[in-house]
Amino acid sequence: MAEIKSVLGTQNKKGQTYTDPWKLLNEAPRTPSFFTGSEVIKEAIRRATCDVMIAYPITPQSEAAALIGELFAEGYVGDYFRGESEFAVMSQCAGAAFGGARVFTTTAGPGTMRAMENFPMWAGARLPIQMIVTCRGINSPLSIQPDTLEIAYLLNTGMLVWHAETAQDFFDWILKGYMVSEEPEVHLPLALCCDGFFVTHTKDVVNLTPADMCLPPYDPYRSPVPCMDMECPPVRMMRDPFVMKSNYISYATHASWQQEIWAAVERSRKHSIHWLNGLIDTENTDADIMIVASGTAVSQGREAIRMLEDEGVRCGLVKVKTIRPWPEEEIREATKNAKHIFVPEFNVTGWLAKEIRATVPNHHRVHAGPHVCGGMTMPPEIIVSEIKTALGMKTFSLAGRGS
Amino acid sequence: MSKERIQISEALYDIMPSDYQDLVKSATYGKDDRGWKDIGTSKELIEQHSLCAGCPESMAFRYILASLPNPEDTVMVGSTGCTSLVFPMVAVHNIHSLFGNQNAIASGLKRALSVRFPGRVKDVVVLAGDGATVDIGLDMTLQAWFRQEKFTTICFDNELYANTGGQESGLMQKGFVAKMAPVGKLFDKVRLPEIARESGCHYVVNCTVSKPSLVEKVIRNAVHIAREIGPTYLQLYTPCILEIGKNSMEGLQEMRDSEKPTERFAYKEYISDPAKQLLAELAAKDKERKAAAKQLAAQAQAN
Repeated sequence: MAEIKSVLGTQNKKGQTYTDPWKLLNEAPRTPSFFTGSEVIKEAIRRATCDVMIAYPITPQSEAAALIGELFAEGYVGDYFRGESEFAVMSQCAGAAFGGARVFTTTAGPGTMRAMENFPMWAGARLPIQMIVTCRGINSPLSIQPDTLEIAYLLNTGMLVWHAETAQDFFDWILKGYMVSEEPEVHLPLALCCDGFFVTHTKDVVNLTPADMCLPPYDPYRSPVPCMDMECPPVRMMRDPFVMKSNYISYATHASWQQEIWAAVERSRKHSIHWLNGLIDTENTDADIMIVASGTAVSQGREAIRMLEDEGVRCGLVKVKTIRPWPEEEIREATKNAKHIFVPEFNVTGWLAKEIRATVPNHHRVHAGPHVCGGMTMPPEIIVSEIKTALGMKTFSLAGRGS
Repeated sequence: MSKERIQISEALYDIMPSDYQDLVKSATYGKDDRGWKDIGTSKELIEQHSLCAGCPESMAFRYILASLPNPEDTVMVGSTGCTSLVFPMVAVHNIHSLFGNQNAIASGLKRALSVRFPGRVKDVVVLAGDGATVDIGLDMTLQAWFRQEKFTTICFDNELYANTGGQESGLMQKGFVAKMAPVGKLFDKVRLPEIARESGCHYVVNCTVSKPSLVEKVIRNAVHIAREIGPTYLQLYTPCILEIGKNSMEGLQEMRDSEKPTERFAYKEYISDPAKQLLAELAAKDKERKAAAKQLAAQAQAN
């Protein structure tokens, strides 16, 4: 910490002042700005003191990745280049993080899937890389449309996984994400997910912190594992490589390290609560009916609640902000009064509903739906319809259902 | 540069592992003319290995670590395979992450070190097998060269997948019968040295590790050129004696047989013009340094 404190108040080469992160995010004046989600990513990275960003084109993250190239050209990012594939990019990110850099990258859909082998490696190597995932379809035939199925594949990698609802979340969470990820007792990568297009390509009013204030630089010597820069002794790490050994010591080593990764995910909980003001947000938790959602499904849920209120049906909301760490206690508490729990999702399998079913008592209360996928939008009317049907109320007929 | 960064606090000295004490006392860090002749006379940068008895790769490892011009500021990147059995025992920082991504790791690493230590030498050296370099990782091997990433790629070519039990690889000779090549390999050994030259490498050498002095020379050249100019590539024959049916004492002869002028590991070298110029400058400096040392010694004797 000594090193971080010593740079606070000093300026970087772009004239930005290294600012206490808590003050930057909670006390510094904010300016309302009308930006697309991609532009918001750029503005967050302008303030993030990133050493290395590695880019690769894939819709819908290409614009953000290219905009950060502009930041590099302006001198706000240490190095930047286009890799040759997502698998390579995520390995290049790993190399940069092994070398002690604060690293940023973005990907989407099939790119996330192609890079998948890297993610447990990132977590196992304790690399606090931040990766924006602008979710899109991963099915065949080819789809570029919004669909959150890929998040399900990230849940067991050992990465932190957060799901942003709005561009404002995105702006704040990119900066806060580094603060949580880089804690010595956490030191894990973060997949900061959002629903592609809905967040990346629409304009919204976002309150930005001052452009002349930025995060203090990453200090790689606070890492729980040695930084690979030959600035600390290259002491031999083990007598026998564990990779090929079939013995108890080898198994015990791998087992304890896996447990340590997940313990680190757990330890991120308190830091995430601190920075995000809780792992969930709630409204009307005394209602009989609760909607539990993440990402833009939260916005649609909120609108459905307003529509149901007009018809005299009172309904509450849980916005799940972090999927890893999973807010188990919080969700159980927030839904304890609910007779029905609805989980609207932008994917076909309903991974969030499965997580919630495994969390709450009397899980028959959980209605997995409505689901839309393949790029379909989720009009709040279908959430209203799902709820009214479950309650035995008369509801409108959706075109094409033949009812 | 010297051993200052690995010094042990006096209070902790006696509880440090003995190989670390040895490293501090007698490693060749910071020695200008370190080379293969240091092997056996001072602390080596490789402690032990769990490779097969007589494996030429174990000797190649020793020659390389003894020849790195700047080990105190060198980070090595490995890949999955027999080399990953050795790296945990090497006294320079080294990274193993996945199979085949070594040149991608090295690209990110080299750039991070350049951002963090501007104006300071930080060498990056990749050392991986032929499966990692040419098959599963070929894309990333070539793309790093296209981008002119400034690090050295060394391929330990044993012409098969040794660690998984002798399967066909792209660098295997045509016709060789192996696992996964049940009727003999059907296509030629991939011509990676030529591909490396065309892909932008400034220094390419194809040889065996039968002569330690030659290994020392090409390692030093490759690291210096990568540091100053651009990517370099060394393809070194380290036969897998186990999988080609040789005994543990027959590795050296196998290499000697394979480096004859008509054989596939006949010495082959490519040097770009800027690299030639750099080597000439380095040779001139070296000559100057040696002359000065000689003069100093003569003076000391005269006095």
